[in-house]
Amino acid sequence: MAHIEEHKETQSIQKEKQNYVMLDFGKTPEYGLPAFIQVVRRSLSIELLKGLGVTFREMINALFRGKMHTTKYPFEKLPIAPRYRAIHEMLRLLESGHYRCIGCGLCEKICISNCIAMETKYDENQRKEVSEYTINFGRCIFCGYCAEVCPELAIVHGGRYETASEQRAGFSLFEDMLTPIDKLKEQKEFAGFGSISSNADENIKKTPLAY
Amino acid sequence: MEEIESNGQISLTIDGKVCVAKEGEYILNIARANGIFIPAICYLTRCSPTLACRICLVEADEKRVYSCNTKAKDGMNVIVSNEEILEERRAIMQVYDVNHPLQCGVCDQSGSCELQNYTLELGVDEQPYKIVDVKRESSNWSSVLHYDPALCIVCERCVTVCKDMMGDSALTTGPRGGEGLDKDLKDTMPKDAYAMWNKLQKSVIVPSNDTDKTNCSDCGECLAVCPVGALVSRDFMYTSNAWELQKIPATCAHCSSGCQIYYEVKPTSIANRDKKIYRVTNEWNYVSLCGAGRFGYDFENKTATKDKKALDNAIKAIKKADAIRFNSVITNEEALMLQMLKDKLGIKLINNDAKAFKDFMTHYANAKGSNLSGGNIRTMMQESDFIISVGSALRHDNPNVRYLFNNIQKLNKGAGLYFHPVGDKLIESLGKNVACITNNINSEEAVLYWVLDNFADKDKLPKEVNDYLSSLSTISKKTVTETIMEDVVEVVVDETSGESKEVTKKVPKKLEREIEVKESKLLEMFNAPEDFADILEKFLAKKENFSLVVGEDLYFHPQSKNLAILVALIESSTPFNVAIIPPKTNSLGVSLICDLDEECDGYIIGYNEAGDFRLSALGNGHLDMPALNQQEGTLTNMHKVVVPTNAALSYNGYTLNDILNEFGFGERTTINWTKKLPVKKGFESREFDSLPNKYNNDGSEDRGYSLKPQKVKITESSPQAITLNEVSGELIAYRCNPQRQFNEFTATAHQIFEPFALYASEEKSKELGKKVKIDLDGKKFSLDVKVDDRMSGDIVKLPDFKNSFEIYKFFGQNRFKSITLGKA
Repeated sequence: MAHIEEHKETQSIQKEKQNYVMLDFGKTPEYGLPAFIQVVRRSLSIELLKGLGVTFREMINALFRGKMHTTKYPFEKLPIAPRYRAIHEMLRLLESGHYRCIGCGLCEKICISNCIAMETKYDENQRKEVSEYTINFGRCIFCGYCAEVCPELAIVHGGRYETASEQRAGFSLFEDMLTPIDKLKEQKEFAGFGSISSNADENIKKTPLAY
Repeated sequence: MEEIESNGQISLTIDGKVCVAKEGEYILNIARANGIFIPAICYLTRCSPTLACRICLVEADEKRVYSCNTKAKDGMNVIVSNEEILEERRAIMQVYDVNHPLQCGVCDQSGSCELQNYTLELGVDEQPYKIVDVKRESSNWSSVLHYDPALCIVCERCVTVCKDMMGDSALTTGPRGGEGLDKDLKDTMPKDAYAMWNKLQKSVIVPSNDTDKTNCSDCGECLAVCPVGALVSRDFMYTSNAWELQKIPATCAHCSSGCQIYYEVKPTSIANRDKKIYRVTNEWNYVSLCGAGRFGYDFENKTATKDKKALDNAIKAIKKADAIRFNSVITNEEALMLQMLKDKLGIKLINNDAKAFKDFMTHYANAKGSNLSGGNIRTMMQESDFIISVGSALRHDNPNVRYLFNNIQKLNKGAGLYFHPVGDKLIESLGKNVACITNNINSEEAVLYWVLDNFADKDKLPKEVNDYLSSLSTISKKTVTETIMEDVVEVVVDETSGESKEVTKKVPKKLEREIEVKESKLLEMFNAPEDFADILEKFLAKKENFSLVVGEDLYFHPQSKNLAILVALIESSTPFNVAIIPPKTNSLGVSLICDLDEECDGYIIGYNEAGDFRLSALGNGHLDMPALNQQEGTLTNMHKVVVPTNAALSYNGYTLNDILNEFGFGERTTINWTKKLPVKKGFESREFDSLPNKYNNDGSEDRGYSLKPQKVKITESSPQAITLNEVSGELIAYRCNPQRQFNEFTATAHQIFEPFALYASEEKSKELGKKVKIDLDGKKFSLDVKVDDRMSGDIVKLPDFKNSFEIYKFFGQNRFKSITLGKA
């Protein structure tokens, strides 16, 4: 019963909030002459100037008071939702600045349009180093599997959604996607597709390896 | 049923399925052959059970046994898994997962990991065990091997394969320095998991020579068998994930063993989309590779283009040519095309290795009545328990026969005699019952006569041979002193009771006895050791299945004709199975397909050989040809099987078939020649695409087709007397390539490091110095002296894998020759 009452309550709140007003347009003229008279009266009254006044005020606001509502694309862009899947970004480790990618190749494997390619080698520190990394954006369908499969949260989807280029198959190299080292502080932890859920800590099953 | 049993066949039930198997076979192998899955990590087919992983636990007749080392009995009932066994297996996998690094993303095993597979298979989703880890550093073991002990699960497959199959025994287990297990665990955790963990916690894999570098043949079989990413090749490490590589089934191009391999290819780089071979893998349960097969894969003709002008020049050259000189590193189809050129244009065909082999085989066939030997190396490996090798430097000429020789010692409790003028320390070390007899140079006739003398059914031998053998042996009387135990009865008086008792005592007594000793001059001829009779008596005890392998020394021998007849005689009159090893990759195929001519002068076309106009798959000739990893075709291997090989890499140039097309008798493609291979010589008229190239689950080989032996009229039945051609001189050289080098192709591979040098034993190299100038019939050059620490004796080895040195020509019809040293 309780939930029915609750429902009624919300309905009454909604009723109170309704404040529709019926406008009084007067009588619609039914034949030629009264209609002509209405047109002349409306044209010559001050109503026209009222409308123009709104336009003029907005123009002043936009030009001199900095209250523009238009987005000047491509110079300005609207913010993108974190789960939007646009051009990939390669993140760095915040502590060392080294790229996060460990070269495991899982993104390459999972890619269903087969547009990721990478080359790895053995570096002098006996670690695996990524020597080449490309994504063919002419083929990428932005499914987000690569970001989801990445064990290190190294490859993520960013907000750059323009993928037009002079060539149909534009290539993007590792360096293009990598967070510039001087902008490391601006690098945001990814919150979108494939990132760790907010309650990840609760889901971890502890093993008795904590000796 | 009775009939089946009389063949040594038994039947048993595994998981409700009735399986018929050979008596004495392990349960695991029977299950595998019948498509029943029993998990196992440490077991390798063709090797002895290691019993390290214990995961192959099954219940046989209500008793828990390990299926890898339990022999099946008739009527046995095997249950692969029940709840208890699953619990045990799960605990074993949980223990393997303790402290195993979780960076699977960067591991080279990349998803083809058996640890991962079994962990998932058994549904391990929690970790109830723990122990403090110890730091284990990764290291390079040799020029090709890299070992990461942190990833190692100590299944000992590498140790087992190195000992039981390769014979190097270069690996063993060493101390890990890990903490001991909590004693309480013994009562609380499953028994086998505890035992496995207890052992695992104590060991890692180390080189067996107490250093941090292995002293081995660098065959890389340990890399192949490793179930995890602990052992990888230094070259392949971190270059590619397993799943990116496309596996191309092919046949190894380097020796006559013709092993099945997979070329694993993917594009060279992001910029260069041409395919590149990243590594070679094999079906390691059924075939073992050598270092050349595994690492010598990048021998393709890299620079080939369709150069029309060069093709026109080639046509002109062939029109005026007197002969084509080639070697046997070609396919059957190419051999057939060369033969077509001979038939249509009358050009002579010169091929050093195949000619010697063909002559030998012709005499052999004339003496035997059939053109192929009867022995099969694969069945020898399973059944034989006594092997004799004559005239083959096993370590160099054919590694697979060396594995056979070793496997017989290790698995069949066999014995082996290795006759070779150049001593070999590795062969000596293959087993207790192995004797290396450094026979005199060119005394192989005496060895074969000795085999006849000892093993032949005298009724089957021609009278001349019997007479000759008896003329060589003398029966002398010899007195030997034997010590026997004699019973002596003594009367002893007991001091306390005064009673006398009869006590029997054993007292040694020396007896002199006259025995008849058969002494044969043969032993002296081939320089047998003094205790040869005793050795033989020991080796031959309880032996039933005899094998004889003969090699290249016999074909390049002043008495090769007589040797061929002797081999045929041994096959017909003794219980020996005989295998004849062709000298080069496809010598058998070439010798069957081509009519070969003697070396001649004139205008010579060289095909991968020296000549006035050179066709070359090495990229250094006047016209490019495809290498064996760039073309489809078939090879005839030492198992007498015609096996297919595939193109792993693209080839942009002209082929032999294009040349034939210019003359108007070519085919549309090279593989159209496959069905035209001569049926009269034992080939089948089969399409290339119908030839399989794989192994079945029970280990049987399903590759290509077997040659049919052809009947030949017997014309040469009795051998001649022994002629000893002594080779003497300041320095005697043996024409023999270093391990992992077989031909000019292996020499171009970037992971084969063995140089063209003079190889000598440690003592001899001290005498020779670091560099020598040698004079080969007027051709002078200086060579480095390399120590081959597995050689012994004074004879040095001179390789023939570089054609430009014309080593074949210098040695001629003998593999031994004295060389003159210039002043260095």
